[in-house]
Amino acid sequence: MKKLRKYIDRIKPDFQPGGRFSAFQSVFDGFETFLFTPKETSESGVHIHDSIDSKRVMIIVVLALLPCLLFGMYNTGYQNFLASGLHDFPFWQIMAYGFLAILPRIVVTYVVGLGIEFIVAQWRKEEIQEGFLVTGILIPLICPIETPLWMLAVATAFSVIFVKEVFGGTGYNIFNVALVTRAFLFFAYPASMSGDKVFIASKPICGLGGTVNFADGVSGATPLGQIATHTEGALRIQNVTGGDISSWDAFLGLIPGSFGETSTLCILIGAAILLMAGIASWRIIISVVIGGLFMGWIANLFATPTYPASYLSPLDQLLYGGFAFAAVFMATDPVTASRTGIGKFVYGFLTGAIAIIIRVYNNGYPEGAMLAVLLMNALAPLIDWCVVQANINRRMKRAKRMSYE
Amino acid sequence: MAEKIDTKKVFFNPFSKNNPVIVQILGICSVLAVTAKLEPAIVMGMSVIAVLAFSNVIISCLRNTIPINIRIIVQLVVVAGLVVIVDQLLKAYAYDVSKQLSVFIGLIITNCILMGRLEAFAMGNRPWPSFLDGIGNGIGYAIILIITGFFRELFGSGTLLGYQIVPQSFYEAGYVNNGLMILPPMALIVVACIIWVQRARNKELQED
Repeated sequence: MKKLRKYIDRIKPDFQPGGRFSAFQSVFDGFETFLFTPKETSESGVHIHDSIDSKRVMIIVVLALLPCLLFGMYNTGYQNFLASGLHDFPFWQIMAYGFLAILPRIVVTYVVGLGIEFIVAQWRKEEIQEGFLVTGILIPLICPIETPLWMLAVATAFSVIFVKEVFGGTGYNIFNVALVTRAFLFFAYPASMSGDKVFIASKPICGLGGTVNFADGVSGATPLGQIATHTEGALRIQNVTGGDISSWDAFLGLIPGSFGETSTLCILIGAAILLMAGIASWRIIISVVIGGLFMGWIANLFATPTYPASYLSPLDQLLYGGFAFAAVFMATDPVTASRTGIGKFVYGFLTGAIAIIIRVYNNGYPEGAMLAVLLMNALAPLIDWCVVQANINRRMKRAKRMSYE
Repeated sequence: MAEKIDTKKVFFNPFSKNNPVIVQILGICSVLAVTAKLEPAIVMGMSVIAVLAFSNVIISCLRNTIPINIRIIVQLVVVAGLVVIVDQLLKAYAYDVSKQLSVFIGLIITNCILMGRLEAFAMGNRPWPSFLDGIGNGIGYAIILIITGFFRELFGSGTLLGYQIVPQSFYEAGYVNNGLMILPPMALIVVACIIWVQRARNKELQED
């Protein structure tokens, strides 16, 4: 560590204004503060210093995402092995397959996203912001495993430029960058983002895994996809080989779905890490879950064959699809969520409720969590405004009453 | 009408510095609606040029006889008459395009660019400058329509004016048309990009 510190101190002058590499000052600065706590302190006013800064926040979110990432690797391999008809499931081979499947996606999103961020930072002569650390890992986690790499690159570039940099960079975005990437993919390339073929890796990688033959009675549709296209007869949710999927499978996550969203268990571990570190707001997580349960209960109360998803029990609504992932990692994004305490409850409740409304009552969109969070991102400032105004009015009234007495 | 009018400026300003769409932000609605393909965008642009030029001339000729209280009604009658003529002409000679444009030719009546030019220019100027002003603003509008339509058709359908531009080998290699380009939100983003480029090049247009 000391050696590294010394080395950085030695090359530092080159990157200062006037140095040989002064054009790359922001890159250097980014790496230095990534490795070591910055020495600068604020010079004016009174500040309370906390050891946590946005870099530490991002790192903890990435740590919280690790269980989902690791399980996603396992599940990707497992689904491929299962669908291609292999009979034994050696753990390390499955993990290796999943790792090789996801690695290029993570690399592509990071290279494209960070590349744009670095260029913009140089151009504006600003420090490099670390917001993309989390976004870059979220994007592969919320997309189907078979999304072509160039689509990921296009969508990432689009959302980093038009959702983040145009508004002023990290911390100024109105919408969640990762979710806009997914929304862009969903609307621009619908054939590659839904259906029964994209959620399962279908080709062997480096000799691992097998080729999935979809014509052969194998269907890789997600549970929610199956429900949305369900027409008549008893609803049976099947896995790739036609076996039943129980709620327990859905809780563990051994079902087809977007890479990191399937396992509610791993998402709960992530939620625990975020809550213990004080990064995510428990108000939002709790109220999203309550909103989802409430709306799921209402939908179940008035279940009709027209909307097959309304037959799901409220608890199943939480286990399937991206609901849990959106509640823990998307809705809690501190930049795009509501800031006020009461506002967070309203924001969370509406997010959960709208997610279920879209999922149940619009068969065109099997999963509504993405659209619900984006919609509530747009409304979050309005909610905050109302809460603040209500508070001001209340205190004004109190002040008036006091002055009369 | 003693003040001198620079006819050159009247004609050329709406192209860029005072463009009705990207500087005055008028007529956005029709830009979103008709630019999914290049052909309807061109036809729409030409229709607006024709309607705008002739309504400007007619209103300019009538400007001293129109009672000030009912001028909006008179302007609307003139525009509506011209729009009906254009609509019928399109139906007669370019039926396919007319079908694609559907109500949007009729909705030229409500296009803010027209009312804006009639009120702001034709009511106070002689016919010749009014004619140039109409043509200039129409072209300014058409330019934006055509640029937007070009990018939307190229990336959204892989064609231009109906001819395939993106080679077949691209599709075989896995390229897919961008469905979002066909949807109206993307038109807004393309127009925003044009505005971005234009503001970046003309510093005096940048708002604080």
